[in-house]
Order: sequence, then C-alpha cells, then structure tokens
Amino acid sequence: MANNDSIKKTLTVTILLCIVCSVVVSTAAVLLRPVQEVNKSLDFKRNILAAAGLSDEAASKGVEVVFNDRVNTRAIDFSTGKFTDAVAVAKYDQRKASKDPARSEDLSADQDLAKIGSREEYGLVYMIEGDSGLDTIVLPIRGYGLWSTLYGFMALDSDLNTVVGLGFYEHGETPGLGGEVDNPAWKALWEGKKAYGENGEAELNVIKGMVDAGTKNAEHKVDGLSGATLTSRGVGNLVQFWLGEDGYKSFLTNLKKGEA
Amino acid sequence: MKVKELLFAPVFSNNPIALQILGICSALAVTSKLSVTLVMCIALTSVTAFSNLFVSLVRNHAPGNIRIIVQMTIIASLVIVVDEVLKAYAYEISKQLSVFVGLIITNCIVMGRAEAFAMKNPPLASFFDGVGNGLGYSAILIALAVIRELFGSGTLLGYQILPLATEGGWYTPNGLLLMPPSAFFLIGLFIWGIRAWKKDQIEEPDYKMAPNTKPQAKEA
Repeated sequence: MANNDSIKKTLTVTILLCIVCSVVVSTAAVLLRPVQEVNKSLDFKRNILAAAGLSDEAASKGVEVVFNDRVNTRAIDFSTGKFTDAVAVAKYDQRKASKDPARSEDLSADQDLAKIGSREEYGLVYMIEGDSGLDTIVLPIRGYGLWSTLYGFMALDSDLNTVVGLGFYEHGETPGLGGEVDNPAWKALWEGKKAYGENGEAELNVIKGMVDAGTKNAEHKVDGLSGATLTSRGVGNLVQFWLGEDGYKSFLTNLKKGEA
Repeated sequence: MKVKELLFAPVFSNNPIALQILGICSALAVTSKLSVTLVMCIALTSVTAFSNLFVSLVRNHAPGNIRIIVQMTIIASLVIVVDEVLKAYAYEISKQLSVFVGLIITNCIVMGRAEAFAMKNPPLASFFDGVGNGLGYSAILIALAVIRELFGSGTLLGYQILPLATEGGWYTPNGLLLMPPSAFFLIGLFIWGIRAWKKDQIEEPDYKMAPNTKPQAKEA
C-alpha cells in the first residue's frame, strides 16, 4: 500500500474525507436546530414559571400554554427604571445584548458585585398577572459563582419585596457542592424572604451557615450551602447586585409608585 | 475472531479502563450521577463503535502519514453529531454533561481502538470491538456512578434510597464521593479486585528490589 502515501492520494483522501464529514456534521446541525431551539425556549420558560411557583400548573397544562396564558413579558430600561418600547420583546436577545458593547454599559469594579463585567441597557421582566393586577414579577438575574456564571430568575410577590422563588437554569458549579443551588430544599429557603429593608436598601443575602429564625434580620438571610462557600457568596452578591441601584431597584421603586 | 469474544472480552479480561488504563478522565468527571453516566456510556459506545466502523472502512486508503488525522476527523464528526442529537432529544442531560460530550473526541479509548484495532481489521469486527470496548467502559462507569451517587447523595437515578440526615433521615452523605478524586480511589480498588480475580492481568514488575547489600550489623 505504498501508493497510499503519494501526494496525490493523500490530497484526494483528505479532501474527500473533509467533504463527507462536513456534510454529515452540517446536516445534523441543520436538521436538529429547530428541535434544539424548542428545547431551549421551553427550558427557559419552564424556569420562569418555576421561579414564580407555577411548576405544578405548568406540569399539568403544559409549559407553553401556561406561559402564553399567564405571563406578560415587558422590556425595561435600567437607566430610567421604566418600561420601554425601545426593543421588541419577542425578538430581543438579552444575553447577546449584555455582551455587545454598543448595547450594554461597563460596570466599574465596585459596582460590579455580580462580576458580570457589563450590564445590558434594556432588560426583560416577566409579569404574571392575576385578577387583581400584578401577581408575581420574575426578574432575570445572573452572576459569577465559583467556576461559572449562574443564570437564573428571582420572583417577587406583588408587594415587590417578598421573594416567591429563586432558581438557576444554567450554571457550571461543582455537582453536589455548588451545584446544590438546584436543590429544591435549598431553593425553598428563599420563599418568603424580604428583598429590601425598611430604609429601602437591598438587604437580601446568603450567609455562611444556618440562619437562626430568632436572629435580627432573619427575613433577609438565607443559609449558605455547606461545602460551597464561594458559590454561596456569588449567589449572595448577584442577588445584592440585581436588587441594587444598577439592577432593578429603580424599576421596582417606580413600579411600586405606579410610575413605571 | 468471534463476535462474542469481541463484545465481552473488553468487559472483564481486557477492560479499557481497568487493564488498558484508558479513558480515566471522563470516568472521573461524569460519574457523580447515574443518569448522566448512562447517557455518557451510550454516547461513548456509539462513538467508539461507529468510529471503528468508518476508520476500518477507509483503512486501506488512509495514507500512513495522516492516518491519525483521518481518525480524528471521523471521531470528531461523530462526536459533534452525538452532541447535536443529545441537545435535541435529551436536553436536560446534555446540559449536565456539558463539555464532556465534546471531550469524547479526546477520549483515549476511541482513538486507541481506532488505531490499535480498526486500522488492521475488517469493518464488522471493528464495529463489534468498538461496542465491546464501549461496554467495558460502561461497566466501570456504571459501577462507579452507583457507588458515588448512592453514598454521595443517597439517591439512585434521582430517587432517594438512603434518607438524608438533612431531610430527617439517618444517612449523612459522604461529600468526598461527589468530588472527582473519589473516582480515582474507586478505580484503584476495582483494578485491585479484577487483578486479584484474574491473576493473568498482573503485570511483571518493571524492576526488582535488590537485596540489601549492606552487611547486617552484627549483634552486639
């Protein structure tokens, strides 16, 4: 088989192989793209509903149905803290915008508690409306843990202060340690906590160890995850950031006053 | 060679992890949960089987100089296809496997079998060799995952088997088992076990300890 090593043969084999392989790979990618997109958006919506405490309803009626039925997606402008029509809600890709220098704002080191580098100008919020107006509002949050950026949602009750739920839909923390942010028992701890203190400052945070229900400000504190100090700290910081001045604070204040 | 031998010899007598010590990296990384492990095993077995098949099909035409690249191209394409399929039909699990599906490309078992077996054997035998080695890999991974998930989080496939102390039960999980190094210890124990059972796997020592040449101290 010495002729296999001739330049002509080598080139022919290489070119043929590359063509065949690229056709196979691109066919797979193109054919499966629609199914993948559906999965991705379903997963996203499922997590929004889960944060708002609508998982059971979603499980029985289907995620799409409940989402279309109950959730009103609005865009907000972080700098003014008001609703905006500057972006089309259906097409806006918030994650892409957050990385685009033209559509995001760099954060200085002391602003950037969540270690996200830059924050997009416009954000999407998901309002779940009941018979008597706003029921729950779901806010997208993200920030750096130990290894990865955690992407998730925090849902607040109609008083815009009581936490209804918190959950992450994408992260790369250590399974079993930092990955316990997905543990339902831990996520349940967030329920009923208060986001803001009496003076309007963002108080909600994750502490090290267990929260003693009797201590002062226990309603602003959530147990840290054991064995995952840095992930817990990251989650605490990102919650602080998104509740703060550079996050949703001005929007929530306006919304409460009815001026959003 | 017989199909049966090709399929089952790699499970115990010539296990890719325990005897050939290949593919350790993913054995550490994806075995903290059984469900994830099972998907990884299926993915790796199909990649090994089909890459062996295709490498064997082109073996008489692959120029010697670039044969490794030819193998890599075939393996990489298959891995991408597997990754795309997982993202479409097993989205939750593919999220947990994340980079490790992509890293099948660098899994030594796939490459090792392509170079050592498929380059010298006909397509069908190579295919079965790939399946067999996939099974050998799976056997060790599943054993690891069962131990790690059961004693690390008290669950199997997500179902609570041992009630956890934090949730009112009696079992305090062993956090070390969730960390990758624990898989090292377990693999070591498996290798010990298999070699104690199948003595022919024990390797010749590379060197012999020379007797102590220093004259023994005379008793006073």
